[in-house]
Amino acid sequence: MASDNANFLVVEDSPTMRQLISFSLKRFKNARILEAVDGVDALKKLSGPDKIDLILTDINMPVMDGLKLVSLVRQNAQLKNIPIIIITTEGAEEDRERGLALGANAYISKPIQSSHLIKTISELLTV
Amino acid sequence: MTEERAEKFLELFNKGKEFTEELLRENQRLRYRLAMLETESAAGSNDEIQRLRDEVQQLTEENRRIAQRFKEVEEENKDFANRYIEVEEQNNNLANLYVASYQLHSTLDFREVIQIVQEIVINLIGAESFAILLLDEKTNELKTIASEGEDVMPGIESISTRLGDGVLGSVAKTGESYYINQDLEDGGKVTLDKPLAAVPLKIKEHVIGLVVIYKLLQQKDSFSAVDYELFSLLAAHAATAIFSSKLYSQSERKLNTIQSFLDLLTTTS
Repeated sequence: MASDNANFLVVEDSPTMRQLISFSLKRFKNARILEAVDGVDALKKLSGPDKIDLILTDINMPVMDGLKLVSLVRQNAQLKNIPIIIITTEGAEEDRERGLALGANAYISKPIQSSHLIKTISELLTV
Repeated sequence: MTEERAEKFLELFNKGKEFTEELLRENQRLRYRLAMLETESAAGSNDEIQRLRDEVQQLTEENRRIAQRFKEVEEENKDFANRYIEVEEQNNNLANLYVASYQLHSTLDFREVIQIVQEIVINLIGAESFAILLLDEKTNELKTIASEGEDVMPGIESISTRLGDGVLGSVAKTGESYYINQDLEDGGKVTLDKPLAAVPLKIKEHVIGLVVIYKLLQQKDSFSAVDYELFSLLAAHAATAIFSSKLYSQSERKLNTIQSFLDLLTTTS
């Protein structure tokens, strides 16, 4: 699978959600999962030595939210091609549309269905 | 001279006669041989046809058997595919349950535990509007200690009901979960006292509170069969986590009081 051996960055302020998403990502063979608690932490991880293959980010986070993160990643020459999935909640269609307009490749809604998450990632990493 | 010629002619005639007779015999022999060969040939081809017919029948039978086996294997494949999906789903649920219980028992801070319960109810159960109620054993009253989606169901932030009163009080008293019946004549209208679901937070048979759901997230139409099971299991974990964190904070408070008292004693003496 194209998504095997991939490095994922999970950006989420809630430890429970972070762990849930990371747990789902362990389905990918040899997946390496990096976690960040907000946008600023994510940018630090992105500028580190690990090449990130896909970013999963929540929208509402303290310090720097997911939309700002998407925007900054897309403006960065080195990072702009990394696929981004935004995690949205119901009733946040505006955030979802803004996220996609800023350059996110896909979105998933809470409560996250592991099978849906895996399918979305597989599709993005196969393209 | 004429006699000599007649003899020669006669001799020639006899030779011709013998030759003709010999030819007739040979002809007869060959016809007999031909007839024999024709009979043999006819018998041979009949055997071959029969052999081929048998072979065709065998192959047809084998073909039918293979087709039947193919059909069986197809069915088995479908079963395996369905089973795989079920196992995957089960696996997801177990993973969710594992993460949720791990998180619930990762801290002894009461507020943090409540925060985790809220996250679980939103992200695993898929609730948009809900309240967590705790039972005050001194007053036998259930009171909201945390809520989400107050705009959807105003008043959930300050629910206060007595043990045994209404749906919420009954759930707390009996320890039996409540799920609304949407087939009722009022269409299962959700009110403050008649929620979508009320699950007791209980440690064995001891109810310490409730998780009350008023509205699910838009993308979640209704509770699925596995939700009921998951909800009850999570509620059990949440109950022990809430109870132990509450006990811990109480013991911490008592410890601080005792420490202060000891400090006071040592200072005054």
